Amino acid sequence: MSSLPTFWNEFTAWLPHVQLAHFLIVSAILFALGLYGIVTRKNAILVLMGVELVLNAANINLIAFSRYSTLRLDGQVAAIFVIILAACEAAIALAIVLNIYHRFRTINVDEVSNLKE
Amino acid sequence: MQLFDLVFYVFAVITIVSAFIVVFSKNIIYSAFSLLFTFFGVAGLYVLLQADFLAVTQILIYVGGILVLMLFGVMLTNKVINVDIKTGTIQTIPALILVAIVAGTLAGLFYSTWRTAGSSMITLPPTTTSLGEMLMTGYLLPFEVASIILLVALIGAAMTARRNRKVAP
Repeated sequence: MSSLPTFWNEFTAWLPHVQLAHFLIVSAILFALGLYGIVTRKNAILVLMGVELVLNAANINLIAFSRYSTLRLDGQVAAIFVIILAACEAAIALAIVLNIYHRFRTINVDEVSNLKE
Repeated sequence: MQLFDLVFYVFAVITIVSAFIVVFSKNIIYSAFSLLFTFFGVAGLYVLLQADFLAVTQILIYVGGILVLMLFGVMLTNKVINVDIKTGTIQTIPALILVAIVAGTLAGLFYSTWRTAGSSMITLPPTTTSLGEMLMTGYLLPFEVASIILLVALIGAAMTARRNRKVAP
């Protein structure tokens, strides 16, 4: 466990040379933001946007590991399947949201608490 | 600092700042449009990682498909004329705790591994041909399953979103 100034010096020397960890940090920030959006937003469409942010963060991870390791293209194929499933999820979820709107006249997820009218 | 690093930081800043706007903006329209910039920034990061096919796919599917779908959702479920497209937040404190736990875990992992994590990168040739070959050989079964899932999602979404109509007995 190095002391704080040493850590800071190493960190600032490390920062301008982009490596795997830089991409992982961006992806982690994106993941945390998406999680916050999922939990706090009232509007169902904004919850879906949070889900998309989380999926994009996962995709950045997959592609970064496929470049910085010996996995080569396997990570990119996994990312393609993630994109396919994200498209399916968005279509189905928006259809459900439209149905909820027709029935309850609102899409705030905290007000829609009945399974049946 | 080389060009690669500079471009990385440009795209990273675009991605993260617009993701902040997505999560914290009060206006749904602003959120939707800054999600556009988030997707473009992520596509730029894909280009930096030599995933050219995936970058184009990201722009085509996310920006051209999912984002337009979400804008349709916003327009169809809000009274845009009444300018009442603001939205509130709930459960801010539990969410902050949850996100702090997740971010703390990730930061701890980062602190213990950042000196040794993969500094050597491989150089990939243009990926489209080999991705197509992999989808048709090693990943054939997931590929077919994905196509069936897309078909099911298509039919299911069309059936779900349709107005209920009286079926003739």
